[in-house]
Amino acid sequence: MTPTTATAPDQILDRAEQLRRGLDVSFRDQIVEAIYDDAEDIASRAVQLGRAAGPTWDEKLDKILTSRIWGLPIMLVGLAAVFWITIVGANIPSQAIASLLFSFEDAAAGLFSALGAPGWLTGFLWHGVYRGLAWVIAVMLPPMAIFFPLFTILENLGYLPRVAFNMDWLFKRVGAHGKQALTMSMGFGCNAAGVISARVIDSPRERLIAILTNNFVPCNGRFPTLIMLSVVFVAAAFPPVVASLAAAGSVVSVVLVGVVFTLAVSWLLSRTILKGEASSFTLELPPYRRPNIGQILYTSIIDRTLFVLWRAVLMAAPAGGAIWLLSNISVSGTSLTGWVSGYLDPLGHAIGLDGVILLAYIIAIPANEIVVPTMLMAYTGAGMMIEIDSLAELQQLLVGQEGWTLLTAACLMLFSLLHNPCSTTIWTMYKETGSAKWTTLGALMPLAIAFAVTFAVAQVARFLV
Amino acid sequence: MTTKRPLSIRKPRPPADEACGSCHMGLRQLGIDASDWDYVVALAGNPNTGKSTVFNTLTGLRQHVGNWPGKTVARAEGGFEFQGKRYKLVDLPGTYSLLSASTDEEIARDFILFGRPDCTVIVMDATVLERNLNLALQILEITERAVVCVNLMDEARRKGILIDPEALERDLGVPVVPTVARTGRGIERLIEAVAGVSAGAIRTQPHRIGAKGDAARSVDELVALIENKYPGLPNARWVAMRLLEGDKRVENAIRRGELAESSANSLNQAAAAGTTGER
Repeated sequence: MTPTTATAPDQILDRAEQLRRGLDVSFRDQIVEAIYDDAEDIASRAVQLGRAAGPTWDEKLDKILTSRIWGLPIMLVGLAAVFWITIVGANIPSQAIASLLFSFEDAAAGLFSALGAPGWLTGFLWHGVYRGLAWVIAVMLPPMAIFFPLFTILENLGYLPRVAFNMDWLFKRVGAHGKQALTMSMGFGCNAAGVISARVIDSPRERLIAILTNNFVPCNGRFPTLIMLSVVFVAAAFPPVVASLAAAGSVVSVVLVGVVFTLAVSWLLSRTILKGEASSFTLELPPYRRPNIGQILYTSIIDRTLFVLWRAVLMAAPAGGAIWLLSNISVSGTSLTGWVSGYLDPLGHAIGLDGVILLAYIIAIPANEIVVPTMLMAYTGAGMMIEIDSLAELQQLLVGQEGWTLLTAACLMLFSLLHNPCSTTIWTMYKETGSAKWTTLGALMPLAIAFAVTFAVAQVARFLV
Repeated sequence: MTTKRPLSIRKPRPPADEACGSCHMGLRQLGIDASDWDYVVALAGNPNTGKSTVFNTLTGLRQHVGNWPGKTVARAEGGFEFQGKRYKLVDLPGTYSLLSASTDEEIARDFILFGRPDCTVIVMDATVLERNLNLALQILEITERAVVCVNLMDEARRKGILIDPEALERDLGVPVVPTVARTGRGIERLIEAVAGVSAGAIRTQPHRIGAKGDAARSVDELVALIENKYPGLPNARWVAMRLLEGDKRVENAIRRGELAESSANSLNQAAAAGTTGER
């Protein structure tokens, strides 16, 4: 066989070419037809439809869940319910975890001092690194441990394709792919996962749009920030009976703002640098499936909650240490935190925030999860006098001591929603697009939008009030 | 591999009603440890038919499972051991066909074609069998080492759809195993069929797409030419069909000599099988 193989490729390819030209109807069409015929034939022998095909319960359910009128409202109510359960459920364990972890900090620091460890070591390790970790766990773990299982149940039940079905016309209208609703949904869990899931979109143009705009849905690293703010500021402004509902409503509004920005930016991209028509596609609505409890617990707790938390912990430890150093190294009588935040203050003020918040965002670029802990540590500063065990005390610190207003909270929520993706997501964008240009755009465009929007909101609010 | 014997239709066994205690008999899940494998097994099928669930049941892994099409975007690998043989299992992205050129279809197709798995498990959704057959028929054109897993039998029953696995087996010419992967039902028989096909103990005679007229004549002529140049190539017919369609990816593979390698490999395999009974 060896002597013939040298010329074999060309000979075969040439003959194939000749034969292909000789066909009346394109070969592909003939084969596709043959496949369909055979499939029908085989199925007719192997499949028997037992009972008359009346609408089954899931077909009836789909009529409601994906109806033009009820589809979107039901979706919003469902979303609000998920956030409400998360907010109400996370409050109590959050406080318990916080007081447990912080009491351990004091005990350990006391032990260190008693053993004669130098003050800077005790401070760096326990009031810096450890406190950063404790904050991350206290702020993030409870909401994630509730939100992720709920999200996974919806995913395994088969609700996500219905969401895509309900929203697909919106995405088409802005020149994007209908499946972007799916990748957007995945972004709620993690934007990096959302960017990867954009592979379900075949057209490169629409896939890029989905990748570049995924950041506009708040990922799980950012939900704790939103939830904390909604509880501390929004819930506090309402009577107790409706407080948690108002808090959930404010989180839903933020998500809606995110969806609006997703659509608006997709529209802008598909009209300018990513011009083109929306391609059509078929979306299969899978049957509802009874979620497997073990599977859900595993996916949501191990794969999602602990995975995200572990990542946050890895980032929080050095960030905690860094903040402690910045707060405790003084130059001409003012700590470095004071210098940097003072320097950032005018910019922060212009967009409704302050210098400390901006500093926290810079330190938290590796992981959005640690923004709130970093911010709180910068506020409590060198003295470490304030122990925050409850959200009420937190509010006292932010409103009473740091001069936060409802505007600060609103601008922080918006900034948290819109600002640049975390470094993991940026790296994922680079891996998925293989282009430094698109990655840069994906990182800087949201940042610019975040500054523009918060600036506008702050200026208008100050003008009106 | 050169001589085909008719598929031995196995006697139907009593369904494994006693849940998972018995259905994992003889199976050792190896998790991500897919080293030193004796056989490579691929999982292919339409999106959302339960491939990842089958994968998890066999390997003991916890691949993310979600009820939405397109969830598995890259291939996942794991391992299991059955009757002393180690298997590497590869979960491929779900596709509706192998004819178009999207990324996930290419991953699936290239793996079945060039990765040369010892067995490809075609996972099908029992509730929409006819639609799923389109892909199954295309896969059977590429490889004769295949097992069909008709999954989601519980959903089909709920919808009043009755499936006749034996009729399907006769038409497709490869073992057909009905399963409910979520509960583990039928998985043991699936493993046995996979083991049988991988080891060459079950000879298959896969269905061939019934092309007609000048298309059929062109295929036949090209197959003869390809088999002449690359003796022992297991999927000459499929290659011929791709060439007639003008598939650039396959044309390039031929120019680069990947087909010659494939052919040499399978000749070696056939020789080895002749002496030891399996490889």
